[in-house]
Amino acid sequence: MDILAKERKVKDLEKQLAQLGNSEAIEKIKLEIQRYKEKEMTKLTAWDRVLLARHQLRPTAMDFINYMSQDFIELHGDRLYRDDRSIVGGIGTIDGIVFTIIAQQKGKTLEENLERNFAMPHPEGYRKALRLMKQAEKFRRPIITIIDTPGAYPGIGAEERGQGHAIAENLLEMSQLTVPVISVVIGEGGSGGALALGVANKVLMLENAIYSILSPEGYASIIWKDASLAPKAAEVMKLTAYDLEEFSIIDRIIKEPLGGAHFDKEKTYKDTKAAILEEYSRLSRLSPTEIHYQRNNKIRNFGFLQRFNYENLGGIKR
Amino acid sequence: MNSISKTLNHRKKLKNNLKIITEESSFIKAQRMDVPEGLYEKCPSCNRTVNMKSNIDNDYICKHCGNHFRMRAIDRIKYIVDEDTFVEKGLGYITLNPLFQDGYEEKIVKYKKETNLDDAYIYGYGQIFGQQCVIGVMDSYFLMGSMGSVVGEKVTRSFEYAMYKKLPIVIFTASGGARMQEGIFSLMQMAKTSAAVAKHSKMGLLYISVLTHPTTGGVTASFATLGDIILAEPGALIGFAGPRVIEQTIKQKLPENFQTAEFMEEKGFIDLVVHRKELKKTIAKLLAMHRRAN
Repeated sequence: MDILAKERKVKDLEKQLAQLGNSEAIEKIKLEIQRYKEKEMTKLTAWDRVLLARHQLRPTAMDFINYMSQDFIELHGDRLYRDDRSIVGGIGTIDGIVFTIIAQQKGKTLEENLERNFAMPHPEGYRKALRLMKQAEKFRRPIITIIDTPGAYPGIGAEERGQGHAIAENLLEMSQLTVPVISVVIGEGGSGGALALGVANKVLMLENAIYSILSPEGYASIIWKDASLAPKAAEVMKLTAYDLEEFSIIDRIIKEPLGGAHFDKEKTYKDTKAAILEEYSRLSRLSPTEIHYQRNNKIRNFGFLQRFNYENLGGIKR
Repeated sequence: MNSISKTLNHRKKLKNNLKIITEESSFIKAQRMDVPEGLYEKCPSCNRTVNMKSNIDNDYICKHCGNHFRMRAIDRIKYIVDEDTFVEKGLGYITLNPLFQDGYEEKIVKYKKETNLDDAYIYGYGQIFGQQCVIGVMDSYFLMGSMGSVVGEKVTRSFEYAMYKKLPIVIFTASGGARMQEGIFSLMQMAKTSAAVAKHSKMGLLYISVLTHPTTGGVTASFATLGDIILAEPGALIGFAGPRVIEQTIKQKLPENFQTAEFMEEKGFIDLVVHRKELKKTIAKLLAMHRRAN
């Protein structure tokens, strides 16, 4: 039974709850729900987390932005081609500090999703993000990026306008910023499309978010030639927040309520905001050079390998 | 004895001393490009059979249609670098299996035997018509030239070595993208290599990137497209998403020359498409034009 089936059961119980008038029975069922959640929803498989990360009701980037910043002003367009609606960018104040916020936005309805292209950005989206980051650098504003994308869009137009080049440019320029950059992975972090906003001083991740080199479906179809083996792929790909923290790819996990972020959105927003501000308060003490160095040093150490030590033929060095 | 075989002998000696790598190195055999007389291969472009021996003499270019065949890294170095000048750097990297994927180690051992490389990338010091530079070559015969931790590290090191020596760098890319078997570690190599390009560029040094067939995925989206000057070989497949993925997504047939080097030149993402016979001359010219006073 996967997490969605369990969730349906909880929803059934809650429906029963709504029909009841008797206060004693309500308490009983509430307790039952709580027990069920604690029993069944604490130990999640990697595939469960994939399902939660893609959940229809999962809060989107704009929900987080609206909670954190009451005066967010959206800025559109890359000044070269057009405005990509799958990336939202702008300026907003969070607890009195002005941030540049750049986020990948999924839709909640089919219409909105079509407009947002299911949060799969085109090159112009990444160029807009880069424009806003350079603007932030000019005015020495810290940057928050919110990552939630299945990946960069693979289409004819995207290729014609240089998808690879746009992502590469973002990676290069982000590594050279001297203002603090904090990334939060709130849902799916899909491959280069996610990393193009994720070269940060601190990468935070919601507990049930995923971050991987490609989708489990894609992995299964390439390695085993069968996309239906995606649940198995999710297990072997090590794409959950806990795996990535172990690899020190990400810096911090933001806990979610039992059963996923959508069960208690307010709490998720609050915890995320607190985590971002805490990380920012640490980074804000560093000088621009230190911020640049910290980020580059972190990037430089990514990788899992060994090298023979030729000076001393017996040993192995990292 | 030329410098390549000198390096290789040196490496072989080291490997024998270490006795950790079990497979026997046949590097020297491979780089002599000995192909039996009667071996034929079908040209993927014009579908005619070509004699491999005469094809190799023709720099791996089909004599019927001019199609550029893929080149092994070692052949590429022999072809592009002046004789006796290449010195390989960054030896001894060991590819590990961070995600404990089934069969990955066996695959690596198999490709190591086949290609005699540590991983899909080799770099070192070399001269091109007397112009000093650092030269890096990806080998698409090694697991589709995919970029894992070792490739990412070696690419980064090649930029660092170029910075240390204050030399320009020339990289030949040929890759299917990031290596899936190493998962998130491969993805992070994109950031690592891009940051290395940035540092090299900040020192005012030249980076020439030569895109050869095929350059796709995570390599296109990192160091390959960040060159000061980007060259490409005719007919090379260059793009971010693979053609099959795009076809599945948009459910349409793709246009005829989509994602070829010529297409990318037309769209403005490549400086120049250069025929293989002209490549060495062009690179040497560019290097000479960027020669620094010191």
